[in-house]
This record gives sequence, structure tokens and C-alpha cells, in this order.
Amino acid sequence: MNLTLKIWRQKNANDKGKMVDYQVSDISPDMSFLEMLDVLNNELIEKGDSPVAFDHDCREGICGMCSLYINGEAHGPGRKITTCQLHMRMFKDGDTIYIEPFRAKAFPVIKDLVIDRGAFDRVQYAGGFISVNTSGNTQDANSIPISKHAADEAMDAATCIGCGACVATCKNSSAMLFVGAKVSQYALLPQGKVEATDRVLNMIHQMDAEGFGNCTNTGACEIECPKGISLENIARMNREYLKASLKG
Amino acid sequence: MALDSKIPQGPLADKWTKHKNDINLVNPANKRLIDVIIVGTGLAGGSAAATLAELGYNVKAFCFQDSPRRAHSIAAQGGINAAKNYQGDGDSTYRLFYDTVKGGDYRSREANVYRLAEVSSNIIDQCVAQGVPFARDYGGLLDNRSFGGVLVSRTFYAKGQTGQQLLLGAYSAMNRQIGRGKIKMYNRHEMLDVVIVDGKARGIIARNLVTGEIERHSAHAVVLGTGGYGNVFFLSTNAMGSNVTAAWKAHKRGAYFANPCYTQIHPTCIPVSGDHQSKLTLMSESLRNDGRIWVPKHKKDVEAIRSGNLKPTQLAEEDRDYYLERRYPAFGNLVPRDVASRAAKERCDEGYGVNATGEAVYLDFAAAILRYGKEQAHVKGLSENDETLINKLGKDVVKAKYGNLFQMYEKIADENPYETPMMIYPAVHYTMGGVWVDYNLQTTIPGLYAIGEANFSDHGANRLGASALMQGLADGYFVLPYTIGDYLSHDIRTGTISTDLPEFEEAERKVTESIAHFINNKGSKSVDYFHRRLGKIMWDKCGMSRNEKDLKVAIEEISALRKEFYKEVLVPGTADEFNEQLAKAGRVADFLELGELFAKDALLREESAGGHFREEYQTPEGEAMRRKEFQFVSAWEYKGEPKDAVLHEEVLEYNNIEVKERSYK
Repeated sequence: MNLTLKIWRQKNANDKGKMVDYQVSDISPDMSFLEMLDVLNNELIEKGDSPVAFDHDCREGICGMCSLYINGEAHGPGRKITTCQLHMRMFKDGDTIYIEPFRAKAFPVIKDLVIDRGAFDRVQYAGGFISVNTSGNTQDANSIPISKHAADEAMDAATCIGCGACVATCKNSSAMLFVGAKVSQYALLPQGKVEATDRVLNMIHQMDAEGFGNCTNTGACEIECPKGISLENIARMNREYLKASLKG
Repeated sequence: MALDSKIPQGPLADKWTKHKNDINLVNPANKRLIDVIIVGTGLAGGSAAATLAELGYNVKAFCFQDSPRRAHSIAAQGGINAAKNYQGDGDSTYRLFYDTVKGGDYRSREANVYRLAEVSSNIIDQCVAQGVPFARDYGGLLDNRSFGGVLVSRTFYAKGQTGQQLLLGAYSAMNRQIGRGKIKMYNRHEMLDVVIVDGKARGIIARNLVTGEIERHSAHAVVLGTGGYGNVFFLSTNAMGSNVTAAWKAHKRGAYFANPCYTQIHPTCIPVSGDHQSKLTLMSESLRNDGRIWVPKHKKDVEAIRSGNLKPTQLAEEDRDYYLERRYPAFGNLVPRDVASRAAKERCDEGYGVNATGEAVYLDFAAAILRYGKEQAHVKGLSENDETLINKLGKDVVKAKYGNLFQMYEKIADENPYETPMMIYPAVHYTMGGVWVDYNLQTTIPGLYAIGEANFSDHGANRLGASALMQGLADGYFVLPYTIGDYLSHDIRTGTISTDLPEFEEAERKVTESIAHFINNKGSKSVDYFHRRLGKIMWDKCGMSRNEKDLKVAIEEISALRKEFYKEVLVPGTADEFNEQLAKAGRVADFLELGELFAKDALLREESAGGHFREEYQTPEGEAMRRKEFQFVSAWEYKGEPKDAVLHEEVLEYNNIEVKERSYK
């Protein structure tokens, strides 16, 4: 396949940035999208140009590092996949592909397509944990039975990879799917209930402080989430927040 | 320097308890005066950082990713072992110890492995307390599955994302300490040297990968939790960024590197599809619980399948060769990884591979779908003869167990594994070798520790499935926090280590010079060009089977490639910016040295053991032939060039387990 790529190039956080056109040829449909970018970068390097910077690591859809906005969609066309799981067979010979970074006030661009998602970490520092020391002297793992249903639901929430597609997709740049998933995981488990009040208040406070927007129930985040995290998690977080606010 | 493994005296089962009672402690007020650097935030590094911070030490943690949550432990799929015996199927600490030593082909250290088995139960308790959502059965208790090389079900799991959940557990524990200010987290930082002052590890030189700034960080001890070196093969299941640099720099500063040739080639990965490939994807070993591995019995069917004239589902049962079930009736599809990988290679080398390249075998779920479908129909009181219904019910069960893995396969291979068997082939996955450590996990440099995959200690020549997560967390949560205290108890009056010391100066200068070399070199070929060539040498000559002739050639070729790399490598951009090529150049430079030592180690080891298979040493049936005279750890001391490395032997003694032929028949 031969393709035209329109890629966001930005030298550093202070640079204004612009879209630049590139051509790639002989792309195999079996290549992953990032392998296609590897081909482009190799050509750029050997020509003495600066390669396109993009984040990636595991290349199997679990680390959450890759983060491209492709043809106006977080992680590109295709559902329940990350950019590294996107394959070129999703495109046609002669296509023009637009590649941009995830854009949100809380995710400043570092270079080209690389963004700073430190805001997500800081929300987790505020309450994304259960305060139990790792002494190994807790009770036996089977001493608290947890219904399979609750455990499965907690697992579904916990499957979030923290990529930020929800934020990039949301017209308000809201992080409520991300935060809701973490709040839900712990709210669904007996171990998490002890600190439920503080957790939801602290995490939401930090979320707001980072400059993420509010949720207006559009539901785009759920559709673009590579792990299919459900909107129910936002609803559950809202209930937890209401409960916590009433308690004070 | 003679190797002292510092194994405590006394009976095996009492060693760890006695050792914990004997070693020095640091009082809580003094812990506040002590700094510890931890490099890497995977299961080992992350759990160690959290625990040391909870204990009161000042921790500085470093990772090259943009967040500690992205370390490659996250990609571990199948599960984590623990000797809980929740299933009542005869498991015990001793049995986990026995399986691990046997699985490692009697090349691991008894005392370390026993301790690992001993603390394994605590890991599960701890993780559940942290909110890790392990799979449960309908009664609300924890569920287990079975993994290769064992006869019990001791593997705990969270769908096919166990590594992710355990890592997020460790990350959450870290978050709590970062929030409290007890861990200072340095994301997007890469360690480029360890600083030795008066013979002790006292800090590191790190590069800020965003700004390019070279930074000095001091501490009273340095811990490496930097993972394995599988990417020396270019193609592996490791993440793109996984590298040996931290461990290798430590090696060059005096830490011995042990058993570099012990590499795990995992039997169930998605086959290579073309030259463009950047990495390989694992399909969890848990799939072998339900999947049956086969190739056609007859060459004519192989041809028909390759040319697309025959679908695997059309091939009659009697025309299939379930070669693992045939060769190893006792363990069948659940033989250990090294055995399963070699068996796949044997079939493919004989010409029975089922894809265009001839390097793939089938992993088939049809039998499992049928079995589960019938079971569900029975439970639900539905007809057990309705094929469509059985098929649907069976697929639902398989989906619940392995859904995410099936989805992952379909995305890559563009085939639906519910309808047609998966195609798999072995790929480099894990490295059992690593930095040599004693019982305290301390390297040959005082104050420098190595934990998790970065060290060599627990898996011998082959690691059993679901044991990597166990070892990473055991080291980080429950072993290192005790043993490092003994060392740090001598540092309560030392005070902060100054980064103005000449040793920091010298280390920083070396790092800066090496970076300047790459930037100014202006060669003609990209870093990847050299990395791919190195990978090909490694895979062809130091891969699933090795021989003297090829290894000697490999040593020459790698050495020549290294020279060419320094002459011809082209790194674009500057040193003071976000520059991925520059970071990669440094990593590949280290792989080019490690690769040669790897081949040298494989050449020395004139036996077959676990993941190391020397063609000259096999039984008449083609199984690995161990040799008593090689019952030692080879620990290499750096002396300039890899070819000059000096061998130190740590002889392995087995007093609690009978060393015998490893049979899975």
C-alpha cells in the first residue's frame, strides 16, 4: 500500500507545531500501525531528518503508553484496541491518514505525538490505593469471600490501562471514565469500602485541579476505550461522590 | 574475588526464619536518615519501592516509561503461583520448591527457591488486601488454574491480565507513598551508570529522557529491578524499551553477570509474519490448560494446508499428530516451556510447520469448546446432543476464561480462534540469567542489589509458568526489605552522600562522552539496523538449540558487528532533547556486549539444561542431557572486552532434593 500521512510535528512544549505531509510506500496490510511509523522513521533517519516521536512500549495493548489520534479518533478506527493493535489492513491503498497527539489541557505535548499524562498519576496519588502496608501479615486471602459477580465487575473496572483515550475523545476533556474505573474497582470490593469516602473526594478534587472537564453523558469515552470500560463506572462514582459528600 | 552465596546454616525449612532473626535491623528514626535508589518499577522494583517507603526509608524510584504503571510486568498474562493448597490437591511449600528446582533443571540455588516457595502464600494474602481482583468461584473463594510442569493447581489469576492487576496493585502501594512524599518518583528517566564510592554503590547517573539532562542521584544503596535482556534477540515478547543497560553498567562496574545463556523461549507466541515485525506477542501458557497442540501427521496435508487447499478444521482426528500428548503422556500439553518449545521446533524442522514460513503449529480449542459446552448443557438441563447449542455454550465458557487473549490473537493474526485453531511458534520471552546475587539479593558490589528478572537466582535453567510474578513480588515485598536493612544498619551515621564526589564526576563524564560519541558519529545506518542484525545472529546461533561451531561464529560476528556499529551508527538530533534514537543507541551498544558474553557462556556450558540446549549433548530420544560437572552457576567478571570476561563458578549443592533425570513422560 502507498499512503499519505499528515502528522503533527512539534519540536517541544513551547513550539507552536504544525501538520506535515509524508509519503510511505510498500506498506504491508499485516503491519501494525506503529510498524508503519517505524518504516517512516527509518527513512527519515537515513535521510538525516528528525524521526517522528511517539510513545509506545509493550506493543500488545496493555501498557497504555501508545496514544495516537488517528483520523479524528483516539487509537484510530477499530474498537477495543490500542494504537499498537491497529493493523494496516484497516486502511486502503492511497489513503490519507491524519495523525495527531491526544489533545487535552491536562495532557501537554512534550514533542510531536508524545504527551505528558502525569495528571493521571497525580489523581492516583490522591487516593488510588487501599491503605494497607505490604508486611505480608494480612489475613488469609480466602477469609473474605467476594461474590464472583462483584469480583468480575471489579476486574472489568480494573482493566483500565490509563492511556487517556477517554480524555482525548471527550469534548470536555473529562477524565471521569478513568477516575470512575478506579473508584469503582475499590467500591465494589469489601477491602476498598473502609476508605471509600476519602478516596472518592480526594480523587475527584485532584481530577478537577488538573484541569479535566466535567461529564455531560455523551458516552464517546466508552466507545473509544480500548478496554471497553463501561459508563456505569461513572454513574457509580457519582453515587459514591454523593454519598461521600453527604457524609462530609 | 571468591563467590560467597551467604546461605544461612541450618535445615532448609528454617533458614529464612533464622536469617531474619539473626540480621540487623534499623530503628524507625534512623530509617528516615537513609536514602535508597530503586531503578525500575515493575513488580520487583515497584513492590520494593512501596515497602521500603512504608518502612520509613527515603526512596527515589526511576523508570524510563512515562509512569511506573507501564513497566513490562504489566504484560504478564496467565497467573501467579502460590503454595496455598486451596484446592486440596496435595500442594505444599516443599512441592512448589521441588517443582521449581526440577523445572529449572537443577540449576538454581536450593535455599533461594525454598524461601520463594515459603513466602509465596503471603503474596496472595497481600495482593487481595490491596484490592487485586483475582478470579473467584461461585462460592466467593479464590479460583486456581494449572500451569506447565506441575501436577497441582496453584496458579491464581485475574483473567488473562494477572501481571497487569498485580502491577497496578504494586503501583497503588507506590502511589500511597508518593502521595506521602516517601517515594520521589522520576518518570522518563534512564539509569546510565552506577556510582561506586569506596567500593560501595552510592548512587546513579540518570538521563532525563524529556530534557536530555544528565543527573546525579546519591543514596546509601541502589536496587536494580530492571528486568531481563530478551531484547538482545531484537524480536521477543518484551516491550520495545526493555533493555539490559542498568544491569550491564553494573556489570561493568564490578557486578558479576550469571548464566547469561539461560533464555526462555516461550512455546506459545504468535508466529512472525514478515520482515517489518517489531515485536512478538505471547499467548498465555494458561491456554495450554484447554488448548491441544498439533501438526498434521502427513506431509501431503501440510502441503495442502500451506497452499490453502485444506483447512485445519477439515483434517480428520486420526490425521493429526498431537505430538506433546504422544511424547509426554503424563504431562501432555502441560509440559514445561523449554520442552514444549523444543518439541515444536523439532516438528517444524522436520517439515510439519503449518504456515507459509513453515514455523508454526496449531493450538486447538475445538475439544475444549465441546467439553465445556456439554458440561454447561448438563448443568442447565439442556440437550447435550444439540450441536449448535453445545458449540455456543462451549464458546461462552472459553470466552470467559480467555476472551482477551482470543481477541488479541484475532487482532494480530486476522483469524477467529473460536472457529479455527490458533497458529503459534516459540519466541524469546524471559531470561533466567542475570546479575549474580547472594542469598541477600546483593550483587558482588556491596550496597548494590538486584531483584526480579534482573537477577539470576531462582529459576535455574528454565522458569516455570506463573513463577516470574511470584519471584518479582517475593523479592520486592518480602525478601529485599529485610536483607537490605542488615546492610543499611551500618549506614545510620553516614549522612547524605554528596553528589560532588569525584566518583560522581567521573561517572557523569563517561556518560556524557558516550552520548557525545553517538550524536557526533554521523554514520549511515539507524540503530535498528544493527539491532536487527544482532537479533538474527542471536536467534540463528544462540537460539533454541546451539552448537560449538555456531557459537564460535556468533562470537566473531557479534564482535565485528559491535565495531561496525560504533563506526557506522547514525543518531539524529541532539543530546539535550527528547531523543528516542539516542536512548536506543545506548541500549543496543550494551546488547552488543552482552550478546557476546551470552555466546561465550553458551559455549562454555557443554551440557543441555533447561532453556540451554546444546546439540552435542542430548539423549538418544532428543531430550536435554545434563552433566554433573556443570552443576554450577557461571558468574562472569568484567575485564574490558566480553571475550576477556573471567569465569567464577558457584557450585550448586542439592541436599534436600534428589538430582535426577528430568522426565515429564
